[in-house]
Amino acid sequence: MLKIDNLEVYYGGIHALKGVSLEVPENKIVTLVGANGAGKSTTLRAISNLVAPSSGKITYNDKDITGMKTVDIVKNGITLVPEGRRIFANLTVMENLKMGSYARKDKEEIKKDMDVIFERFPRLKEREWQQAGTLSGGEQQMLAIGRALMSRPKLVMMDEPSLGLAPLLVKEVFEIIKDIHSRGMTILLIEQNAAAALQIADYGYVLETGKIVLEGPGKELANNDEVKKAYLGKA
Amino acid sequence: MTLEIFLQNVANAISLGSLYALIAIGYTMVYGIIRLINFAHADLLMVAGYISFYGILIFAMPWWLAFLIAIALTTILGMAMEKLAYRPLRNAPRISALISAIGMSFLLQNLGIVLVGASPKPFPRPEGLVWNIHLGSVSFLSLTVIIPVITLLLLAAVYLVVNKTNTGIAMRAVSRDFETASLMAVDVNKVVVTTFAVGSGLAAVGGIMWSLQYPQIDPLMGVFPGLKCFIAAVMGGIGSVPGAMIGGFILGIGEIMLVAFMPELSGYRDAFAFVVLILILLFKPGGILGDHVVEKV
Repeated sequence: MLKIDNLEVYYGGIHALKGVSLEVPENKIVTLVGANGAGKSTTLRAISNLVAPSSGKITYNDKDITGMKTVDIVKNGITLVPEGRRIFANLTVMENLKMGSYARKDKEEIKKDMDVIFERFPRLKEREWQQAGTLSGGEQQMLAIGRALMSRPKLVMMDEPSLGLAPLLVKEVFEIIKDIHSRGMTILLIEQNAAAALQIADYGYVLETGKIVLEGPGKELANNDEVKKAYLGKA
Repeated sequence: MTLEIFLQNVANAISLGSLYALIAIGYTMVYGIIRLINFAHADLLMVAGYISFYGILIFAMPWWLAFLIAIALTTILGMAMEKLAYRPLRNAPRISALISAIGMSFLLQNLGIVLVGASPKPFPRPEGLVWNIHLGSVSFLSLTVIIPVITLLLLAAVYLVVNKTNTGIAMRAVSRDFETASLMAVDVNKVVVTTFAVGSGLAAVGGIMWSLQYPQIDPLMGVFPGLKCFIAAVMGGIGSVPGAMIGGFILGIGEIMLVAFMPELSGYRDAFAFVVLILILLFKPGGILGDHVVEKV
């Protein structure tokens, strides 16, 4: 579904991605693991064209989308749940969700999708009219995910969705990811919580200072000695 | 003070307050969305005034047509300004865009002086629009009613657009976070230019009504009202649309009432605006309705 070839990104003088190639097959969960600064977020941001790659190619459903405007990438069905949730704190919960469906014109379907999201996240329904900035961290993460789903994406990219959440909520976030996946969406996931991510992932890539150093099916990577030592905190 | 004179002052206060409110919205909306004080906003009043002036007197248009054309052209000018002077600096340090705005303001003022001359011109008051109304022993200009009514209609429209339409929600989203807004498939440039269009359109209406109320125009006519409206916007909490409305009315009403009740202080009329500003900022640094979004991190 999504294919990245030899992607390179520079931030000013910093060479953040040094030729990353990876593939996200349809209907799979793919995860990128790696330490801080390895280039995970940069990869997702490059796919959404929030940062412009200096070379390399991004193909989506056999179409070259390298350099396509962020807005059009979203319209094509690729959404990003950004790191740190980035909900619009000055908008109500409802308005945040409306922003998610901004490009859509099918009013009735939008209404239906919103009901589905409120059903999945009843806490958001209760706080429909509240300013999103007043929500708790967990609720904000639900809102960020719900907002992304409102665009009816085919590929959902998530950047550290469990960051800063209490253990119970972390579990909930992973449940939600599985749930989204079971509804037919493809997922590209970044997680600090590598153990949990590799558990649910069909395939994983390990990034180190801008390069992919290891790849394989999720469970296999989880059992790989190097990965265990470096990312799972097991000897 | 007799009741008649008092009522006269109330009417003047409301129409001045309306004009301030209308113009202040342009400052606050633009600031809200790109954190820029658009100094050239004030000069749009002048542009709208002159286009109307030439439309009526040189091209012999009916007043309403001249006004509509003035509003349309001023709006286009505001949009062009964003595209040429501010968009290229969107990611530059904020001070660069600010200097660009000051430059834009000087450019418009001096272009005005070169093109139409520095001497003031009397602005025509079309008979169909400006007449005397007699109510008992009180007599006042039709403008005293027309200005607040048009202002209130426009303010209501702005309020509805900003709060109830998808474009309005997008404006507020963009004002918060450009990048995330673009992840929602919001075309940020389009939203920003729409904001300029709304602000400039309101400035044009304000400029025309200003020229009718104080019927003399010159290339620097925007400077003082612009400054006052900027103060009004800061007072109300810059970035807040209702704040700008409230700030405008407080300033306009305060100014007229100061002169009405204490005529000996009339020389301090302009100083009043600054004193009120300082007092409000001392006690509420963010302005009356300043940004008070609660955010948990």
